[in-house]
Amino acid sequence: MAMLEIKDLEVYYGVIQAIKGISFQVNEGEVIALIGANGAGKTTILQTITGMIPAHKGSILFGGTDITRIAGHKIVSMGMAHVPEGRRVFSQLSVLDNLKLGAYSRKDKSEVQKTLEMVYQRFPRLKERKNQMAGTLSGGEQQMLAMGRALMSKPRIVLMDEPSMGLSPILVSEIFDIIKEISAGGTTVLLVEQNARKALSIANRAYVLETGNIVLSGDADDLLHDESIKKAYLGE
Amino acid sequence: MSFLSNLINGISLGSVYAIIALGYTMVYGIAKMLNFAHGDVIMIGCYAVFMTMSRQGWPPLLSVAFAVVVCTALGMIIEKIAYKPLRRATPLAVLITAIGVSYFLQNSALLIFGADTKSFTSVVAVPPIKLAGGALTIPGTAIVTVAVCLVIMVALTLFIKKTKAGQAMLAVSEDKDAAQLMGININGTISLTFAIGSGLAAIAGVLFCSTYPSLTPYTGSMPGIKAFTAAVFGGIGSVPGALLGGILLGVIEILGRAYISSQLSDAIVFAVLIIVLLVKPTGILGKKVSEKV
Repeated sequence: MAMLEIKDLEVYYGVIQAIKGISFQVNEGEVIALIGANGAGKTTILQTITGMIPAHKGSILFGGTDITRIAGHKIVSMGMAHVPEGRRVFSQLSVLDNLKLGAYSRKDKSEVQKTLEMVYQRFPRLKERKNQMAGTLSGGEQQMLAMGRALMSKPRIVLMDEPSMGLSPILVSEIFDIIKEISAGGTTVLLVEQNARKALSIANRAYVLETGNIVLSGDADDLLHDESIKKAYLGE
Repeated sequence: MSFLSNLINGISLGSVYAIIALGYTMVYGIAKMLNFAHGDVIMIGCYAVFMTMSRQGWPPLLSVAFAVVVCTALGMIIEKIAYKPLRRATPLAVLITAIGVSYFLQNSALLIFGADTKSFTSVVAVPPIKLAGGALTIPGTAIVTVAVCLVIMVALTLFIKKTKAGQAMLAVSEDKDAAQLMGININGTISLTFAIGSGLAAIAGVLFCSTYPSLTPYTGSMPGIKAFTAAVFGGIGSVPGALLGGILLGVIEILGRAYISSQLSDAIVFAVLIIVLLVKPTGILGKKVSEKV
C-alpha cells in the first residue's frame, strides 16, 4: 500500500487553477522527486498536502487516512514533516529553540532528547551553534536547521521543497548527501527540486510537472537518460 | 519634593499604560492587527468591579478576579466573532471592524450602565508611605500599581521564554505558516493572546480607576489610545518596549502637566511620540525589520 497517495488533486489560487487534477503515490522507503520548471505547481502540491492551501477537488491519503480536509497543524503529529521552500527558520529564536519547536507536537518528552542528539549527530554544525540566533546562520546552515527541525518530529515521511535553492555547489552536494542519509535511516522522502539532475540522481522514481499537470513519470534512472528530459531540464 | 512626587505619579500612571500596552503589542505581534477595542475592554472590566464590589459588596480581590474572567472571555469572544472571520481580509477591513467593536462596547455599556459617571471605589487598601518626615507621600495605589506592573512583566517574560505556549507565540509572531508546519494551532495561539491581553486589561483598568475614580462608558478610550501610543513609542511587538514606552509616556504626561501646561500635557505626549518616530520609526526598542530573500 502506498504511504502517500494523491488522487485527482485540483488546487486553485483565487480563480487560477494551479493544479489540474494530478495523481501520484509515494511508497514507504522511497525517495520521490517532483521536478519541473518554475510555476509548474511543485510547491503548491506540497503545501496542499500539509494543509497550508486547501484542495479544491480530489483526495490526499496518508497511511490510508484521508487528510485532505484535516487542519494543517494536526498533520505533523500523524508523522509527516515539511521542510518549506526558503527554509523558513525562526530567525529571532536560537537554533535549539527552533529544534525544540520541531518537536512541538510530540508527547513523548523523554524521547525528544534522544531525537535531538540524533539530529546533532547528523548536523554537528547545529550543535556548535545551538545558542546562536537562527537568523545569523549561513544559508546552508539554515537549510540544515530546517531539515533538523523537521526530523525533530520523528516523521515517517519528509516533504522537502527546494532544499538546494541558493546554495553553493559544494553545499548542494552536502545537502543531497544528507537527504540520502535520511532516506537510508528509514524515512520516506518526497522531494521537490529545480535541480533536476541532482534530484534524479538520488530518487527512486520521479514525476515531471508542467503547468499543473504530470506530463511524465518513471524510474529516476530512466528519466535521467530520457532525451526530452535531458533537453528540457538537464540542459544538454 | 513635589518633583519626586510627580515622578512617582508618572511612573504609576505609566505602569498602567504599560500593562494596557502589552495587550496591544502582543496582539499586534501575533495577529498583526491593531485591536482598537482593547481600551473598551478595560472599561468593561471596571464596570465588572464596580457592579460586584460597590453594588453587591463583594470583597475587592474577588471582584478583580471576576473582572479578569469577564475580560478574558470578552477578548476571546471578540476575537472569535469579529476578527477570526477576517483572517485573510485586508488590514483596513480588520481596522474598521476593530473601531466598530470599540463603539459597540461603548454603546452597550451606555445602554446597560447608563451615561452617568459612577464613582469608583479604590480596590487598594495599602496605606501610603510617608518619607522624609512627611514631606514626600507615596500613595498606596501607586505602590500597588508599580508592583503589579513589574510582577506582570516578569511573569509574562518567563511565560514566553519558558513555556511551550510562549514559544508557540514567538513562532506564530514570526512566521504563521512555518509555525503551523511545527504543529502549532494558529487560531488557538491567537485566541490565547487575546485572552492574556484582555485579562491584563481588566487589571490595568482596575488600577487606573483606583487612581482616577470616575467611571463612564468612555473611560477606557483615552488610556487605550495612550497605551497604544506607548506600545508604538517603545516599539510595537516588543514586551520590554511596552514597559519602557508606558512608563516614559506616563512620566512625560504627569511632568508636562505639572511644569508646562495642564491643557497641553496630551499634546506634549504626542509631540514626543512624533519626534521619536521621526528619529527611530520602529520605536525605542523596536526591531529593525530585515527583509529576507
